Amino acid sequence: MSDSAISTTEHAPEHPPGLQHHFAEMEQQADSAKIGMWAFLVTEVLLFGGLFVGYGIMHARFTEAFASAHHHLDRVMGTLNTVILLTSSWTMVMAVSSARAGKQKNLVRYLTVTLLLAGAFLVVKYLEYSHKFHEGLLPGRFYTYAGPHLPEEFLFFSFYFMMTGLHGLHVLAGMIVISWLLRRAIRGDFSPSYYNPVDMGGLYWHLVDIIWIYLFPLIYLIS
Amino acid sequence: MAAHSYAEEKKINTAVLGSLLALTALTVAAAGIHFESPAVNTIVALAIASMKASLVALFFMHLRYEKPINAIIFLTGIAMLAVFLGLTLLDVDYRATPRPANLKPPPGGFTAGVEPAKPGGTAPPAAGEAAQPAEQAPPAR
Repeated sequence: MSDSAISTTEHAPEHPPGLQHHFAEMEQQADSAKIGMWAFLVTEVLLFGGLFVGYGIMHARFTEAFASAHHHLDRVMGTLNTVILLTSSWTMVMAVSSARAGKQKNLVRYLTVTLLLAGAFLVVKYLEYSHKFHEGLLPGRFYTYAGPHLPEEFLFFSFYFMMTGLHGLHVLAGMIVISWLLRRAIRGDFSPSYYNPVDMGGLYWHLVDIIWIYLFPLIYLIS
Repeated sequence: MAAHSYAEEKKINTAVLGSLLALTALTVAAAGIHFESPAVNTIVALAIASMKASLVALFFMHLRYEKPINAIIFLTGIAMLAVFLGLTLLDVDYRATPRPANLKPPPGGFTAGVEPAKPGGTAPPAAGEAAQPAEQAPPAR
């Protein structure tokens, strides 16, 4: 790039596909996108952070009630969802690698599997939620569980639904992003010199994974 | 990242996935152990989760290979969260009740002994009573 294009204020005659005209070169564009993405991911961490702090306070205060309430959760389902999400992170990072290596077929394949795994995660979540709705294990004043329980158990379910619900919305948003990436990948928009959207979608998806990595032990495995 | 071929990346990523799944098995197993205090269980679970999150951030999110600015941005956010969480939890043990005073009781009522603070009870000083909502009965004198 440096030998021919000395002036960076004017466009080179052959404009690389995917390069926005306000960037000088592909690398600058990719670096800018990454910094913006990481700044966004920090706001996501802080969004969930508030809920984690609230959970920490109430867990410290009502340890027995939280420990008793978490027995209503299905550990097998939670572990299954952890495995699903970790695997989907692997397929996502392989999609990024495929895009970088210019392996078009692999990119489409890995994105499809990621989308399916995200769907599987939400199906498991749906099964868990419907079981809790059925039992009346709901947040706040909607808590109508008839069996023996400690008075503060409703608080646990307030946090459970808020945290896993917000995370579930993120999974849903991730599925929309991955579907969009998939459509563009099939159309052939991406190449080894331009795969920024796949990279950014990947970063988002891995953050959703990291949040679940903390949610799982704190909600399903407390004692 | 350009230093690795596709085949090498696949090998690394697969090894990371293997470690993540192994750590998941470990955290489930650790939850079955009863340590002296439940706090130890929480610390062990958080330590394993942090190892997993680091693996994801370093390898899947490429922080290991990227320019340091991205890691600096992310770690700054984590540091802010650590301050928020750490100082809040230090405070928790010294609070009479963390429950909001306007929280409606669940069916069956709250556990005795942690009722919200009432005027004339432990915490609020006399000067604060003027600021109480109107429906609060004025203290009998």
